Amino acid sequence: MTKDDSYRAVMDRRNEIMKKAIGMDYSSFEISPLSFDYEALMSSTGYSLEDCIRIQHDAGVGNSPLLELKNLTNAARLVAGGRKGARIFIKDEASNPSGSFKDRRAAISVHHAKKLGYKGVVAATSGNYGAAVASQAAMKNLKCIVLQECFDSKGVGQPEILEKQRKCESLGAEVIQLSVGPELFHTFLLILEETGYFNASLYSAFGIAGIETLGYEIAEETLRRFGKHPEAVVITHAGGGNLTGTARGLLKGGAAETKVIGASVDLSGLHMASDTDFNRKSFTTGHTGFGVPFASYPDRSDVPRSAARALRYMDRYLTVRQGEVFYMTEALAQLEGLERGPAGNTSLAAAFALSMEMDRDEIIVVQETEYTGAGKHHLAQLSFARQHGIEISIGDPATEVPGRSIVLPSSPELIRPVEIDMLKLRRSLAGNLLNLRQVKSVDQRDIRFLLDETRLDLKEVIGILDDNGVVHP
Amino acid sequence: MKVQKGTWVRIHRVILKPEERAENLPEDTAKVPLEAWTKGFLMEGSETGENAVIQTLTGRTVSGTLVQVNPTYDHGFGEEFIPEILYIGRDLKKLIGEGSHDEG
Repeated sequence: MTKDDSYRAVMDRRNEIMKKAIGMDYSSFEISPLSFDYEALMSSTGYSLEDCIRIQHDAGVGNSPLLELKNLTNAARLVAGGRKGARIFIKDEASNPSGSFKDRRAAISVHHAKKLGYKGVVAATSGNYGAAVASQAAMKNLKCIVLQECFDSKGVGQPEILEKQRKCESLGAEVIQLSVGPELFHTFLLILEETGYFNASLYSAFGIAGIETLGYEIAEETLRRFGKHPEAVVITHAGGGNLTGTARGLLKGGAAETKVIGASVDLSGLHMASDTDFNRKSFTTGHTGFGVPFASYPDRSDVPRSAARALRYMDRYLTVRQGEVFYMTEALAQLEGLERGPAGNTSLAAAFALSMEMDRDEIIVVQETEYTGAGKHHLAQLSFARQHGIEISIGDPATEVPGRSIVLPSSPELIRPVEIDMLKLRRSLAGNLLNLRQVKSVDQRDIRFLLDETRLDLKEVIGILDDNGVVHP
Repeated sequence: MKVQKGTWVRIHRVILKPEERAENLPEDTAKVPLEAWTKGFLMEGSETGENAVIQTLTGRTVSGTLVQVNPTYDHGFGEEFIPEILYIGRDLKKLIGEGSHDEG
């Protein structure tokens, strides 16, 4: 009998495929159609923070330098005036083996796959995570397949993703390049089924536990060097793993007072599954096209319950414009001698503006950098944009229209992130959880779950239950 | 051109035809197929544009249309330099002043 590989048939057997591919039965964490035990999921890895530190250390991952950006801080102070201008630090995660913080996630997943006896690992990602999994798989002598959404229907590839393909292949991985569309997941499931390899998901508990070390290192080092934790940590936000893992690590390091601030590139108006919009954006991750939907419903990922749950930890969420991030990318190279990729510079653009709101004795940490180079470089991205009819100018970035224009700020005071309404986002998460999981009634545990998930108060949660016609105690 | 067995090549295949794709796709995406490109070693001699079977790096056997022989990487730093970025470092250096350093 031939296997039915149609879209519907493969999606229908997703749970069965996933169970084999991640070696974990998610049903053991389920409490009700709405709730699951998040902390039980997180501790199901069997790896403590100390275990993760040791696994990463053995793989050459982590312990990256925390660099003070003195010239950029100075610029922020000169622009802000008065006593404003917090000290800006950046965690140079580009120093990891494959050039980004994603090595932290991959190190734990790949270690676990090896321990369970899988012959190989698979990751569906167009970003740095592919290179990280490829690098860790090479170290542990496992096979590796990476699936990327790479080309539009004319066969034109986003240069940043083409570079990730090269990098994955240079690290020994097999890369499957796909055209635009969410059915990448269908092909991913087929590959898991065919190979029997481990699903090195970005959203598994392993993937998140691996980032906790990053937050922990920040808490530990700032306390040791400055006698206090940072007032704020800014985190580029997409699927939510970076923010969730870092925030959990900060808490484990005792930095409970530190504000956790998410930042994404504003790509509003561009459709993430659109063939024509695909090459009209200059950022392939860290943007609102992932950041908003994943914050307001994390379980849209490739595992039954995502371990990346950003709204449990996020205090503020800012958007920055493409032109602002390109400006900061150039500024970081020119003023600090650090030529780095765009991902961390998204949160750096936000941090530069935040520094101007904060006092001089305060500390703000940008928690990642990534490698750059051909295709990923801002010159490559800007040139590609111009080639695709995007207008590039110097002026006020507030006038930028995603997919039509990129406006580089004519002066640094024009870097002005836009605050996303957190209350609205939290309400939207509660509504999505109730609607998408088709919840008709809830008990006390469900209400506790909604409070933890959304960080709304009880009155708000009850109001949302009533608005959705959900029966509650 | 005849391509020898064992050559490193890139093949193309359609995974889902437009009518086989997921529902709820934007219009532009829904009317084109989902395509895939994979690299591997040619298992039998073939020709560019013809059907080919490859063995991939992980040992999988995949078939499709042979599109490239010894596929290379051609992405770079852009086809033209973007001079707009040149003011950024110059302006910021002027702002903080030559040789100055606030150790605050």
